[in-house]
Amino acid sequence: MASIPAPVPVPAGRSAGLAASTVGIARRGLLKFLRTPQLVVVGTIQSALFLLIFRYVFGGAIGAGGLDYVDFLVPGFITTGLLFAGMGAAAGVAEDLEQGFVDRLRSLPIPRSAVLAGRAMADTALLVWSLAITSAVGFAVGFRLHGGLADALAAFGLLLVFGFAFEWMFITLGLFAGTPQAAQGLALMVFPLTFVSSAYVPVESMPGWMQAFAEHQPVTVMVDAVRVLTQGPAAEALLGHGAGFYVTRALAWSAAILAVFVPLAVARYRRG
Amino acid sequence: MTPTIEATGLRKRFGRTVALDGLDLVAEPGQVLAVLGPNGAGKTTFVRTVATLLRPDAGELAVAGHDVRREPGAVRRVIGLAGQYAAVEPAMTGRENLHLVARLFGQDGRTARASSARVLDLLGLTGAADRLARTYSGGMRRKLDLGASLVGAPRLLLLDEPTTGLDPRSRIELWDAIGALVAAGTDVLLTTQYLDEADHLASRIVIIDHGRVVAAGTPGELKQRAGRNVIEVHTRDRAALARAAAGLAGPGQDQPQVEEATRRVRVAVAAGTDPLRDALGALDAAGIAVEDISLRPPTLDEVFLALTGQGLEQPTETAAGHPAA
Repeated sequence: MASIPAPVPVPAGRSAGLAASTVGIARRGLLKFLRTPQLVVVGTIQSALFLLIFRYVFGGAIGAGGLDYVDFLVPGFITTGLLFAGMGAAAGVAEDLEQGFVDRLRSLPIPRSAVLAGRAMADTALLVWSLAITSAVGFAVGFRLHGGLADALAAFGLLLVFGFAFEWMFITLGLFAGTPQAAQGLALMVFPLTFVSSAYVPVESMPGWMQAFAEHQPVTVMVDAVRVLTQGPAAEALLGHGAGFYVTRALAWSAAILAVFVPLAVARYRRG
Repeated sequence: MTPTIEATGLRKRFGRTVALDGLDLVAEPGQVLAVLGPNGAGKTTFVRTVATLLRPDAGELAVAGHDVRREPGAVRRVIGLAGQYAAVEPAMTGRENLHLVARLFGQDGRTARASSARVLDLLGLTGAADRLARTYSGGMRRKLDLGASLVGAPRLLLLDEPTTGLDPRSRIELWDAIGALVAAGTDVLLTTQYLDEADHLASRIVIIDHGRVVAAGTPGELKQRAGRNVIEVHTRDRAALARAAAGLAGPGQDQPQVEEATRRVRVAVAAGTDPLRDALGALDAAGIAVEDISLRPPTLDEVFLALTGQGLEQPTETAAGHPAA
Protein backbone atom coordinates (compact mmCIF):
# COMPACT_ATOMS: atom_id res chain seq x y z
CA MET A 1 0.00 0.00 0.00
CA ALA A 2 1.45 3.30 -1.05
CA SER A 3 1.42 6.51 0.90
CA ILE A 4 -1.78 8.38 1.54
CA PRO A 5 -2.56 10.75 -1.29
CA ALA A 6 -2.98 14.43 -0.73
CA PRO A 7 -6.64 15.32 -1.13
CA VAL A 8 -7.47 16.14 -4.72
CA PRO A 9 -8.20 19.84 -5.07
CA VAL A 10 -11.87 20.10 -5.87
CA PRO A 11 -13.44 23.07 -7.57
CA ALA A 12 -16.71 24.01 -5.93
CA GLY A 13 -19.93 22.93 -7.56
CA ARG A 14 -18.09 20.60 -9.90
CA SER A 15 -19.93 18.29 -12.24
CA ALA A 16 -19.62 17.35 -15.86
CA GLY A 17 -21.93 18.94 -18.40
CA LEU A 18 -24.36 17.02 -20.58
CA ALA A 19 -22.15 16.98 -23.66
CA ALA A 20 -18.99 15.92 -21.84
CA SER A 21 -20.75 13.18 -19.89
CA THR A 22 -22.56 11.88 -22.95
CA VAL A 23 -19.33 11.67 -24.91
CA GLY A 24 -17.52 9.95 -22.03
CA ILE A 25 -20.23 7.34 -21.70
CA ALA A 26 -20.46 6.86 -25.47
CA ARG A 27 -16.72 6.36 -25.67
CA ARG A 28 -16.94 3.57 -23.17
CA GLY A 29 -19.65 1.89 -25.25
CA LEU A 30 -17.48 2.05 -28.37
CA LEU A 31 -14.38 0.76 -26.61
CA LYS A 32 -16.39 -2.15 -25.25
CA PHE A 33 -17.41 -3.05 -28.79
CA LEU A 34 -14.03 -2.57 -30.41
CA ARG A 35 -12.19 -4.50 -27.72
CA THR A 36 -14.51 -7.46 -27.78
CA PRO A 37 -13.39 -9.20 -30.99
CA GLN A 38 -16.25 -11.70 -30.81
CA LEU A 39 -18.74 -8.89 -31.26
CA VAL A 40 -16.97 -7.40 -34.26
CA VAL A 41 -16.02 -10.61 -36.04
CA VAL A 42 -19.06 -12.75 -35.30
CA GLY A 43 -21.46 -9.98 -36.26
CA THR A 44 -19.71 -9.42 -39.55
CA ILE A 45 -19.45 -13.10 -40.48
CA GLN A 46 -23.05 -13.67 -39.49
CA SER A 47 -24.38 -10.98 -41.73
CA ALA A 48 -22.17 -12.08 -44.64
CA LEU A 49 -23.36 -15.69 -44.30
CA PHE A 50 -26.93 -14.57 -44.14
CA LEU A 51 -26.63 -12.61 -47.33
CA LEU A 52 -24.82 -15.41 -49.16
CA ILE A 53 -27.53 -17.90 -48.22
CA PHE A 54 -30.37 -15.69 -49.41
CA ARG A 55 -28.53 -14.54 -52.47
CA TYR A 56 -27.40 -17.93 -53.72
CA VAL A 57 -29.56 -20.58 -51.99
CA PHE A 58 -33.03 -19.02 -51.89
CA GLY A 59 -32.43 -16.38 -54.54
CA GLY A 60 -33.07 -18.69 -57.49
CA ALA A 61 -36.52 -19.56 -56.18
CA ILE A 62 -37.65 -16.03 -55.41
CA GLY A 63 -38.95 -13.83 -58.20
CA ALA A 64 -38.65 -10.09 -57.80
CA GLY A 65 -40.43 -8.78 -60.84
CA GLY A 66 -38.42 -6.31 -62.84
CA LEU A 67 -35.46 -6.24 -60.47
CA ASP A 68 -32.50 -8.59 -60.23
CA TYR A 69 -32.98 -10.54 -57.02
CA VAL A 70 -29.68 -9.24 -55.66
CA ASP A 71 -30.81 -5.65 -56.18
CA PHE A 72 -34.13 -6.51 -54.56
CA LEU A 73 -32.52 -8.37 -51.64
CA VAL A 74 -29.64 -6.14 -50.61
CA PRO A 75 -31.77 -3.16 -49.45
CA GLY A 76 -33.77 -5.62 -47.33
CA PHE A 77 -30.61 -7.22 -46.08
CA ILE A 78 -29.06 -3.89 -45.12
CA THR A 79 -32.21 -2.72 -43.32
CA THR A 80 -32.74 -5.90 -41.34
CA GLY A 81 -29.01 -6.13 -40.66
CA LEU A 82 -29.39 -2.79 -38.93
CA LEU A 83 -32.02 -4.23 -36.60
CA PHE A 84 -30.02 -7.36 -35.91
CA ALA A 85 -27.00 -5.21 -35.06
CA GLY A 86 -29.13 -3.04 -32.79
CA MET A 87 -30.54 -5.99 -30.85
CA GLY A 88 -27.35 -6.22 -28.79
CA ALA A 89 -28.25 -2.94 -27.11
CA ALA A 90 -31.08 -4.60 -25.18
CA ALA A 91 -28.80 -7.15 -23.55
CA GLY A 92 -26.10 -4.51 -23.11
CA VAL A 93 -28.41 -2.18 -21.21
CA ALA A 94 -29.74 -5.00 -19.04
CA GLU A 95 -26.19 -6.09 -18.28
CA ASP A 96 -25.16 -2.57 -17.25
CA LEU A 97 -28.15 -2.45 -14.92
CA GLU A 98 -27.53 -5.88 -13.45
CA GLN A 99 -23.82 -5.37 -12.88
CA GLY A 100 -24.13 -2.04 -11.15
CA PHE A 101 -22.58 0.08 -13.87
CA VAL A 102 -25.74 2.13 -14.19
CA ASP A 103 -25.86 2.58 -10.41
CA ARG A 104 -22.34 3.94 -10.51
CA LEU A 105 -23.30 6.42 -13.23
CA ARG A 106 -26.50 7.40 -11.48
CA SER A 107 -24.61 8.15 -8.29
CA LEU A 108 -22.37 10.63 -10.13
CA PRO A 109 -23.10 14.33 -10.43
CA ILE A 110 -23.93 14.20 -14.13
CA PRO A 111 -27.18 14.91 -15.95
CA ARG A 112 -29.13 11.67 -15.81
CA SER A 113 -30.07 11.94 -19.47
CA ALA A 114 -26.37 11.56 -20.33
CA VAL A 115 -26.43 7.85 -19.52
CA LEU A 116 -29.09 6.98 -22.08
CA ALA A 117 -27.91 9.58 -24.57
CA GLY A 118 -24.36 8.21 -24.37
CA ARG A 119 -25.65 4.71 -24.91
CA ALA A 120 -27.71 5.74 -27.94
CA MET A 121 -24.78 7.67 -29.34
CA ALA A 122 -22.37 4.74 -29.09
CA ASP A 123 -24.92 2.33 -30.49
CA THR A 124 -25.65 4.62 -33.40
CA ALA A 125 -21.94 4.73 -34.19
CA LEU A 126 -22.00 0.94 -34.24
CA LEU A 127 -24.89 1.10 -36.68
CA VAL A 128 -22.73 3.13 -39.05
CA TRP A 129 -20.17 0.37 -38.86
CA SER A 130 -22.80 -2.30 -39.44
CA LEU A 131 -24.24 -0.36 -42.38
CA ALA A 132 -20.81 -0.03 -43.94
CA ILE A 133 -20.14 -3.76 -43.59
CA THR A 134 -23.48 -4.94 -44.94
CA SER A 135 -23.32 -2.46 -47.82
CA ALA A 136 -19.81 -3.65 -48.70
CA VAL A 137 -20.88 -7.29 -48.63
CA GLY A 138 -23.90 -6.35 -50.74
CA PHE A 139 -21.76 -4.73 -53.39
CA ALA A 140 -19.41 -7.71 -53.32
CA VAL A 141 -22.18 -10.13 -54.27
CA GLY A 142 -23.41 -8.03 -57.19
CA PHE A 143 -25.62 -5.27 -55.82
CA ARG A 144 -25.43 -2.10 -57.95
CA LEU A 145 -26.85 1.40 -57.73
CA HIS A 146 -29.27 2.29 -60.50
CA GLY A 147 -30.14 5.69 -59.14
CA GLY A 148 -28.09 8.78 -58.33
CA LEU A 149 -25.35 8.94 -55.73
CA ALA A 150 -27.25 11.64 -53.83
CA ASP A 151 -30.21 9.29 -53.53
CA ALA A 152 -27.94 6.53 -52.28
CA LEU A 153 -26.52 8.83 -49.62
CA ALA A 154 -30.05 9.84 -48.68
CA ALA A 155 -30.84 6.15 -48.24
CA PHE A 156 -27.82 5.78 -45.97
CA GLY A 157 -28.95 8.73 -43.86
CA LEU A 158 -32.50 7.48 -43.72
CA LEU A 159 -31.28 4.08 -42.57
CA LEU A 160 -29.37 5.73 -39.75
CA VAL A 161 -32.45 7.62 -38.59
CA PHE A 162 -34.44 4.40 -38.73
CA GLY A 163 -31.74 2.45 -36.88
CA PHE A 164 -31.51 5.18 -34.25
CA ALA A 165 -35.25 4.93 -33.64
CA PHE A 166 -35.12 1.16 -33.22
CA GLU A 167 -32.11 1.59 -30.95
CA TRP A 168 -34.42 3.28 -28.47
CA MET A 169 -36.80 0.37 -28.67
CA PHE A 170 -33.97 -1.99 -27.78
CA ILE A 171 -32.76 0.29 -24.98
CA THR A 172 -36.28 0.32 -23.57
CA LEU A 173 -36.53 -3.47 -23.76
CA GLY A 174 -33.20 -3.73 -21.96
CA LEU A 175 -34.37 -1.39 -19.21
CA PHE A 176 -37.55 -3.38 -18.61
CA ALA A 177 -36.19 -6.88 -19.06
CA GLY A 178 -34.48 -7.42 -15.70
CA THR A 179 -31.76 -9.77 -16.94
CA PRO A 180 -29.59 -9.79 -20.07
CA GLN A 181 -31.04 -13.17 -21.06
CA ALA A 182 -34.58 -11.87 -20.86
CA ALA A 183 -33.54 -8.77 -22.78
CA GLN A 184 -32.10 -10.92 -25.52
CA GLY A 185 -35.34 -12.90 -25.65
CA LEU A 186 -37.44 -9.76 -25.86
CA ALA A 187 -35.24 -8.38 -28.60
CA LEU A 188 -36.09 -11.42 -30.71
CA MET A 189 -39.48 -9.86 -31.24
CA VAL A 190 -37.94 -8.02 -34.19
CA PHE A 191 -37.92 -11.32 -36.08
CA PRO A 192 -41.56 -11.11 -37.19
CA LEU A 193 -40.89 -7.52 -38.23
CA THR A 194 -37.89 -8.47 -40.31
CA PHE A 195 -39.26 -11.64 -41.93
CA VAL A 196 -42.91 -10.64 -42.37
CA SER A 197 -41.82 -7.77 -44.56
CA SER A 198 -40.73 -7.11 -48.09
CA ALA A 199 -37.07 -7.51 -47.03
CA TYR A 200 -36.46 -10.92 -48.60
CA VAL A 201 -39.53 -11.72 -50.68
CA PRO A 202 -42.21 -9.61 -52.36
CA VAL A 203 -45.16 -9.02 -50.04
CA GLU A 204 -47.55 -10.24 -52.77
CA SER A 205 -46.22 -13.78 -52.30
CA MET A 206 -47.63 -13.93 -48.74
CA PRO A 207 -51.16 -14.98 -47.71
CA GLY A 208 -53.67 -12.13 -47.84
CA TRP A 209 -54.10 -11.64 -44.09
CA MET A 210 -50.37 -11.44 -43.66
CA GLN A 211 -49.97 -8.94 -46.49
CA ALA A 212 -52.08 -6.44 -44.59
CA PHE A 213 -49.47 -6.40 -41.83
CA ALA A 214 -46.42 -6.82 -44.05
CA GLU A 215 -47.42 -4.03 -46.39
CA HIS A 216 -47.61 -1.30 -43.77
CA GLN A 217 -45.17 -2.20 -41.06
CA PRO A 218 -42.05 -0.05 -40.66
CA VAL A 219 -39.47 -2.50 -42.02
CA THR A 220 -41.27 -2.89 -45.35
CA VAL A 221 -41.66 0.84 -45.73
CA MET A 222 -38.01 1.39 -44.94
CA VAL A 223 -36.76 -1.38 -47.24
CA ASP A 224 -38.89 -0.09 -50.09
CA ALA A 225 -37.58 3.43 -49.52
CA VAL A 226 -34.03 2.13 -49.90
CA ARG A 227 -35.03 0.16 -52.99
CA VAL A 228 -36.52 3.15 -54.73
CA LEU A 229 -33.59 5.38 -53.74
CA THR A 230 -30.97 2.91 -54.96
CA GLN A 231 -32.75 1.27 -57.91
CA GLY A 232 -34.61 4.20 -59.41
CA PRO A 233 -37.47 3.72 -61.89
CA ALA A 234 -37.30 -0.10 -62.00
CA ALA A 235 -38.07 -0.24 -58.26
CA GLU A 236 -40.76 2.41 -58.57
CA ALA A 237 -42.43 0.36 -61.28
CA LEU A 238 -42.23 -2.78 -59.16
CA LEU A 239 -43.41 -1.24 -55.90
CA GLY A 240 -45.93 1.19 -57.29
CA HIS A 241 -44.86 4.42 -55.59
CA GLY A 242 -42.10 6.99 -55.83
CA ALA A 243 -39.31 7.73 -53.36
CA GLY A 244 -41.27 10.49 -51.60
CA PHE A 245 -44.04 8.07 -50.68
CA TYR A 246 -41.71 5.62 -48.93
CA VAL A 247 -39.33 8.16 -47.46
CA THR A 248 -42.07 10.15 -45.72
CA ARG A 249 -43.58 6.94 -44.36
CA ALA A 250 -40.20 5.67 -43.15
CA LEU A 251 -39.58 8.99 -41.42
CA ALA A 252 -43.06 8.96 -39.92
CA TRP A 253 -42.52 5.47 -38.55
CA SER A 254 -39.14 6.50 -37.10
CA ALA A 255 -40.71 9.51 -35.44
CA ALA A 256 -43.53 7.38 -34.05
CA ILE A 257 -41.12 4.80 -32.67
CA LEU A 258 -39.03 7.54 -31.03
CA ALA A 259 -42.15 9.20 -29.65
CA VAL A 260 -43.14 5.97 -27.92
CA PHE A 261 -39.83 4.58 -26.75
CA VAL A 262 -37.79 7.62 -25.74
CA PRO A 263 -40.30 8.72 -23.07
CA LEU A 264 -40.74 5.10 -21.95
CA ALA A 265 -37.00 4.58 -21.61
CA VAL A 266 -36.49 7.87 -19.79
CA ALA A 267 -39.37 7.21 -17.41
CA ARG A 268 -38.14 3.71 -16.64
CA TYR A 269 -34.61 4.97 -16.14
CA ARG A 270 -35.67 7.75 -13.81
CA ARG A 271 -37.66 5.40 -11.65
CA GLY A 272 -34.49 3.44 -10.95
CA MET B 1 -21.12 20.21 12.85
CA THR B 2 -23.51 18.98 10.19
CA PRO B 3 -23.93 15.23 10.41
CA THR B 4 -22.66 13.27 7.44
CA ILE B 5 -25.91 11.36 7.32
CA GLU B 6 -29.10 12.15 9.16
CA ALA B 7 -32.06 9.83 8.65
CA THR B 8 -35.35 10.30 10.47
CA GLY B 9 -38.25 7.91 10.19
CA LEU B 10 -37.06 6.68 6.82
CA ARG B 11 -39.49 4.39 5.02
CA LYS B 12 -39.28 2.51 1.76
CA ARG B 13 -41.35 -0.35 0.50
CA PHE B 14 -41.26 -2.45 -2.63
CA GLY B 15 -44.73 -3.72 -3.30
CA ARG B 16 -45.66 -5.49 -0.09
CA THR B 17 -42.11 -5.84 1.18
CA VAL B 18 -41.15 -3.21 3.72
CA ALA B 19 -37.45 -2.58 3.28
CA LEU B 20 -37.07 0.43 5.57
CA ASP B 21 -39.55 0.75 8.39
CA GLY B 22 -38.94 4.06 10.12
CA LEU B 23 -35.16 3.99 10.22
CA ASP B 24 -33.47 6.62 12.41
CA LEU B 25 -29.75 7.06 12.13
CA VAL B 26 -27.13 9.78 12.50
CA ALA B 27 -23.54 9.52 11.29
CA GLU B 28 -21.16 12.19 12.55
CA PRO B 29 -18.19 13.43 10.55
CA GLY B 30 -14.97 11.53 11.12
CA GLN B 31 -16.73 8.23 11.56
CA VAL B 32 -16.71 4.88 9.90
CA LEU B 33 -20.25 3.71 10.41
CA ALA B 34 -21.03 0.07 9.81
CA VAL B 35 -24.61 -0.95 9.17
CA LEU B 36 -24.78 -4.55 10.19
CA GLY B 37 -27.65 -6.90 9.67
CA PRO B 38 -28.79 -10.15 8.11
CA ASN B 39 -29.83 -10.54 4.49
CA GLY B 40 -32.98 -8.59 3.79
CA ALA B 41 -32.58 -6.31 6.80
CA GLY B 42 -32.66 -3.21 4.58
CA LYS B 43 -28.94 -2.44 4.42
CA THR B 44 -28.67 -2.16 0.66
CA THR B 45 -31.92 -0.21 0.41
CA PHE B 46 -30.54 2.26 2.92
CA VAL B 47 -27.26 2.73 1.04
CA ARG B 48 -29.10 3.12 -2.26
CA THR B 49 -31.31 5.74 -0.68
CA VAL B 50 -28.30 7.65 0.63
CA ALA B 51 -26.76 7.38 -2.85
CA THR B 52 -29.94 8.96 -4.34
CA LEU B 53 -30.58 5.81 -6.37
CA LEU B 54 -33.87 5.28 -4.55
CA ARG B 55 -36.36 7.85 -3.29
CA PRO B 56 -37.63 7.25 0.20
CA ASP B 57 -41.42 6.90 0.54
CA ALA B 58 -41.48 8.82 3.80
CA GLY B 59 -39.17 10.32 6.39
CA GLU B 60 -36.22 12.65 6.08
CA LEU B 61 -32.75 11.90 4.83
CA ALA B 62 -29.96 14.45 4.55
CA VAL B 63 -26.41 13.79 3.40
CA ALA B 64 -23.90 16.44 4.50
CA GLY B 65 -26.90 18.68 5.11
CA HIS B 66 -28.43 18.15 1.65
CA ASP B 67 -31.87 16.62 1.40
CA VAL B 68 -31.73 13.59 -0.90
CA ARG B 69 -35.05 14.42 -2.53
CA ARG B 70 -34.67 18.16 -2.98
CA GLU B 71 -30.94 18.37 -3.74
CA PRO B 72 -29.86 15.03 -5.20
CA GLY B 73 -27.23 16.75 -7.33
CA ALA B 74 -25.53 18.22 -4.26
CA VAL B 75 -25.59 14.82 -2.58
CA ARG B 76 -24.01 13.17 -5.62
CA ARG B 77 -21.17 15.66 -5.48
CA VAL B 78 -20.13 14.56 -1.99
CA ILE B 79 -20.53 10.79 -2.24
CA GLY B 80 -18.62 7.95 -3.84
CA LEU B 81 -20.36 4.59 -4.23
CA ALA B 82 -18.82 1.15 -4.42
CA GLY B 83 -21.24 -1.70 -4.56
CA GLN B 84 -21.64 -5.41 -4.13
CA TYR B 85 -20.77 -5.78 -7.78
CA ALA B 86 -17.54 -4.54 -9.19
CA ALA B 87 -19.08 -1.94 -11.47
CA VAL B 88 -16.10 -1.43 -13.72
CA GLU B 89 -15.90 -1.76 -17.49
CA PRO B 90 -14.03 -5.00 -18.27
CA ALA B 91 -13.09 -3.79 -21.75
CA MET B 92 -11.26 -0.75 -20.41
CA THR B 93 -7.97 -0.63 -18.53
CA GLY B 94 -7.87 0.19 -14.84
CA ARG B 95 -6.58 3.64 -15.66
CA GLU B 96 -9.25 4.28 -18.30
CA ASN B 97 -11.97 3.22 -15.89
CA LEU B 98 -10.81 5.69 -13.26
CA HIS B 99 -10.23 8.41 -15.83
CA LEU B 100 -13.79 8.06 -17.11
CA VAL B 101 -15.27 8.44 -13.65
CA ALA B 102 -12.95 11.34 -12.82
CA ARG B 103 -14.05 13.12 -16.01
CA LEU B 104 -17.68 12.50 -15.14
CA PHE B 105 -16.95 14.18 -11.82
CA GLY B 106 -16.15 17.24 -13.87
CA GLN B 107 -12.36 17.11 -13.57
CA ASP B 108 -10.41 18.41 -16.53
CA GLY B 109 -8.12 16.03 -18.40
CA ARG B 110 -4.99 16.87 -16.44
CA THR B 111 -6.68 16.65 -13.03
CA ALA B 112 -8.40 13.41 -14.02
CA ARG B 113 -5.07 11.87 -15.03
CA ALA B 114 -3.49 12.95 -11.76
CA SER B 115 -6.28 11.70 -9.55
CA SER B 116 -6.47 8.37 -11.43
CA ALA B 117 -2.75 7.85 -10.97
CA ARG B 118 -3.00 8.73 -7.29
CA VAL B 119 -5.85 6.31 -6.65
CA LEU B 120 -4.11 3.51 -8.58
CA ASP B 121 -1.07 4.08 -6.43
CA LEU B 122 -3.11 4.12 -3.23
CA LEU B 123 -4.72 0.79 -4.09
CA GLY B 124 -1.52 -0.85 -5.28
CA LEU B 125 -2.87 -1.19 -8.81
CA THR B 126 -0.25 0.88 -10.61
CA GLY B 127 1.46 -2.22 -12.01
CA ALA B 128 -1.81 -3.42 -13.56
CA ALA B 129 -3.08 0.04 -14.48
CA ASP B 130 -2.75 -0.39 -18.22
CA ARG B 131 -4.19 -3.88 -18.44
CA LEU B 132 -7.82 -4.40 -19.37
CA ALA B 133 -9.94 -4.86 -16.27
CA ARG B 134 -11.25 -8.14 -17.69
CA THR B 135 -7.83 -9.64 -16.94
CA TYR B 136 -8.05 -8.64 -13.26
CA SER B 137 -8.71 -11.06 -10.42
CA GLY B 138 -11.91 -10.65 -8.40
CA GLY B 139 -10.06 -8.84 -5.65
CA MET B 140 -8.37 -6.46 -8.08
CA ARG B 141 -11.68 -5.64 -9.73
CA ARG B 142 -13.19 -4.87 -6.36
CA LYS B 143 -10.27 -2.60 -5.59
CA LEU B 144 -10.71 -0.86 -8.92
CA ASP B 145 -14.39 -0.42 -8.12
CA LEU B 146 -13.41 1.09 -4.80
CA GLY B 147 -10.96 3.28 -6.70
CA ALA B 148 -13.71 4.48 -9.02
CA SER B 149 -15.64 5.65 -5.98
CA LEU B 150 -12.55 7.55 -4.80
CA VAL B 151 -11.33 9.49 -7.83
CA GLY B 152 -13.93 12.16 -7.19
CA ALA B 153 -12.41 12.68 -3.71
CA PRO B 154 -15.78 12.15 -1.99
CA ARG B 155 -16.45 13.32 1.52
CA LEU B 156 -18.52 10.25 2.15
CA LEU B 157 -17.69 6.84 0.80
CA LEU B 158 -20.58 4.37 0.55
CA LEU B 159 -19.48 0.76 0.58
CA ASP B 160 -22.22 -1.78 0.11
CA GLU B 161 -20.90 -5.15 1.25
CA PRO B 162 -17.47 -4.37 -0.15
CA THR B 163 -15.89 -7.74 0.53
CA THR B 164 -18.77 -10.12 -0.19
CA GLY B 165 -17.47 -13.06 -2.15
CA LEU B 166 -13.80 -12.20 -1.88
CA ASP B 167 -11.14 -14.65 -0.81
CA PRO B 168 -9.63 -14.02 2.65
CA ARG B 169 -6.45 -12.45 1.34
CA SER B 170 -8.20 -10.00 -0.98
CA ARG B 171 -10.56 -9.20 1.83
CA ILE B 172 -7.76 -8.19 4.16
CA GLU B 173 -6.10 -6.17 1.39
CA LEU B 174 -9.34 -4.32 0.83
CA TRP B 175 -9.67 -3.71 4.56
CA ASP B 176 -6.19 -2.20 4.55
CA ALA B 177 -7.12 0.05 1.65
CA ILE B 178 -10.28 1.19 3.42
CA GLY B 179 -8.30 1.72 6.62
CA ALA B 180 -5.86 3.95 4.75
CA LEU B 181 -8.71 6.06 3.41
CA VAL B 182 -10.20 6.46 6.81
CA ALA B 183 -6.85 7.57 8.14
CA ALA B 184 -6.80 10.16 5.35
CA GLY B 185 -10.08 11.56 6.62
CA THR B 186 -12.79 10.11 4.40
CA ASP B 187 -16.06 9.31 6.15
CA VAL B 188 -17.37 5.86 5.39
CA LEU B 189 -20.77 4.22 5.50
CA LEU B 190 -20.27 0.51 5.21
CA THR B 191 -22.79 -2.30 5.11
CA THR B 192 -21.82 -5.80 5.96
CA GLN B 193 -23.15 -9.05 7.25
CA TYR B 194 -19.74 -9.97 8.54
CA LEU B 195 -19.32 -9.22 12.19
CA ASP B 196 -15.57 -9.25 12.11
CA GLU B 197 -15.63 -6.73 9.27
CA ALA B 198 -17.74 -4.27 11.24
CA ASP B 199 -15.61 -4.87 14.31
CA HIS B 200 -12.43 -4.37 12.34
CA LEU B 201 -13.32 -1.26 10.34
CA ALA B 202 -16.03 0.65 12.12
CA SER B 203 -15.88 3.18 14.90
CA ARG B 204 -19.63 2.90 15.27
CA ILE B 205 -22.00 0.07 14.47
CA VAL B 206 -25.71 0.26 13.80
CA ILE B 207 -27.46 -3.07 13.82
CA ILE B 208 -30.59 -3.14 11.72
CA ASP B 209 -33.22 -5.76 11.26
CA HIS B 210 -36.49 -5.59 9.30
CA GLY B 211 -35.72 -2.03 8.27
CA ARG B 212 -35.27 -0.60 11.75
CA VAL B 213 -32.36 0.07 14.02
CA VAL B 214 -32.27 -2.47 16.82
CA ALA B 215 -29.05 -1.29 18.44
CA ALA B 216 -26.29 1.25 17.94
CA GLY B 217 -22.98 2.04 19.57
CA THR B 218 -19.27 1.45 19.36
CA PRO B 219 -18.25 -2.18 18.95
CA GLY B 220 -17.21 -2.13 22.63
CA GLU B 221 -20.51 -0.60 23.81
CA LEU B 222 -22.57 -3.12 21.93
CA LYS B 223 -20.65 -5.96 23.49
CA GLN B 224 -21.14 -4.28 26.86
CA ARG B 225 -24.85 -3.84 26.24
CA ALA B 226 -25.28 -7.50 25.54
CA GLY B 227 -23.63 -7.65 28.90
CA ARG B 228 -22.17 -10.88 29.85
CA ASN B 229 -18.94 -12.64 29.14
CA VAL B 230 -18.90 -16.09 27.68
CA ILE B 231 -17.13 -19.21 28.84
CA GLU B 232 -16.40 -21.63 26.07
CA VAL B 233 -15.19 -25.15 26.73
CA HIS B 234 -13.71 -27.47 24.15
CA THR B 235 -13.93 -31.07 25.38
CA ARG B 236 -11.66 -33.86 24.30
CA ASP B 237 -14.49 -36.38 23.88
CA ARG B 238 -17.86 -35.90 22.28
CA ALA B 239 -19.39 -38.12 24.94
CA ALA B 240 -18.41 -35.65 27.64
CA LEU B 241 -20.37 -32.75 26.10
CA ALA B 242 -23.62 -33.37 27.96
CA ARG B 243 -21.85 -33.71 31.31
CA ALA B 244 -19.83 -30.58 30.60
CA ALA B 245 -23.03 -28.70 29.90
CA ALA B 246 -24.50 -29.90 33.16
CA GLY B 247 -21.36 -28.80 35.00
CA LEU B 248 -21.43 -25.35 33.43
CA ALA B 249 -25.06 -24.79 34.34
CA GLY B 250 -23.90 -23.86 37.85
CA PRO B 251 -21.62 -20.90 37.08
CA GLY B 252 -23.65 -20.00 33.97
CA GLN B 253 -26.41 -17.40 33.80
CA ASP B 254 -28.40 -19.11 31.07
CA GLN B 255 -28.77 -22.52 29.49
CA PRO B 256 -25.38 -23.80 28.23
CA GLN B 257 -25.34 -24.31 24.48
CA VAL B 258 -23.76 -27.42 23.01
CA GLU B 259 -22.18 -27.45 19.58
CA GLU B 260 -21.65 -31.10 18.71
CA ALA B 261 -19.69 -30.55 15.52
CA THR B 262 -16.89 -28.62 17.17
CA ARG B 263 -17.17 -30.32 20.59
CA ARG B 264 -17.82 -27.02 22.33
CA VAL B 265 -20.08 -25.88 25.13
CA ARG B 266 -20.79 -22.20 25.60
CA VAL B 267 -22.48 -20.36 28.42
CA ALA B 268 -23.00 -16.72 29.37
CA VAL B 269 -21.55 -15.76 32.74
CA ALA B 270 -21.38 -12.74 35.05
CA ALA B 271 -18.49 -10.29 34.87
CA GLY B 272 -15.19 -11.06 36.57
CA THR B 273 -13.07 -14.16 36.68
CA ASP B 274 -14.91 -16.00 39.46
CA PRO B 275 -17.19 -17.88 37.04
CA LEU B 276 -14.13 -19.23 35.24
CA ARG B 277 -12.74 -20.63 38.49
CA ASP B 278 -16.14 -22.14 39.32
CA ALA B 279 -16.41 -23.65 35.85
CA LEU B 280 -12.97 -25.22 36.10
CA GLY B 281 -13.90 -26.65 39.47
CA ALA B 282 -17.16 -28.10 38.16
CA LEU B 283 -15.49 -29.68 35.14
CA ASP B 284 -12.74 -31.08 37.30
CA ALA B 285 -15.23 -32.55 39.77
CA ALA B 286 -17.09 -34.24 36.90
CA GLY B 287 -13.79 -35.66 35.62
CA ILE B 288 -14.10 -34.12 32.15
CA ALA B 289 -11.02 -33.93 29.95
CA VAL B 290 -10.84 -30.40 28.57
CA GLU B 291 -8.96 -29.50 25.37
CA ASP B 292 -9.16 -25.81 26.16
CA ILE B 293 -11.34 -23.33 27.96
CA SER B 294 -11.74 -19.61 27.46
CA LEU B 295 -13.36 -16.61 29.04
CA ARG B 296 -14.10 -13.94 26.45
CA PRO B 297 -16.39 -11.03 25.67
CA PRO B 298 -19.35 -11.96 23.47
CA THR B 299 -18.93 -11.90 19.69
CA LEU B 300 -21.15 -9.59 17.67
CA ASP B 301 -23.12 -12.63 16.62
CA GLU B 302 -23.93 -13.30 20.24
CA VAL B 303 -24.67 -9.61 20.71
CA PHE B 304 -27.13 -9.73 17.83
CA LEU B 305 -28.74 -12.78 19.33
CA ALA B 306 -29.06 -11.06 22.69
CA LEU B 307 -30.46 -7.85 21.21
CA THR B 308 -32.89 -9.25 18.67
CA GLY B 309 -33.62 -12.73 19.92
CA GLN B 310 -32.30 -14.27 16.72
CA GLY B 311 -28.90 -15.06 15.36
CA LEU B 312 -27.42 -13.55 12.24
CA GLU B 313 -27.70 -15.73 9.19
CA GLN B 314 -24.22 -16.91 8.54
CA PRO B 315 -23.12 -16.92 4.93
CA THR B 316 -22.78 -20.49 3.71
CA GLU B 317 -19.95 -19.98 1.27
CA THR B 318 -16.93 -20.95 3.33
CA ALA B 319 -14.82 -20.30 0.25
CA ALA B 320 -15.30 -16.63 1.04
CA GLY B 321 -13.47 -17.25 4.27
CA HIS B 322 -16.15 -16.34 6.77
CA PRO B 323 -16.71 -19.32 9.02
CA ALA B 324 -19.23 -18.84 11.79
CA ALA B 325 -17.84 -16.37 14.29
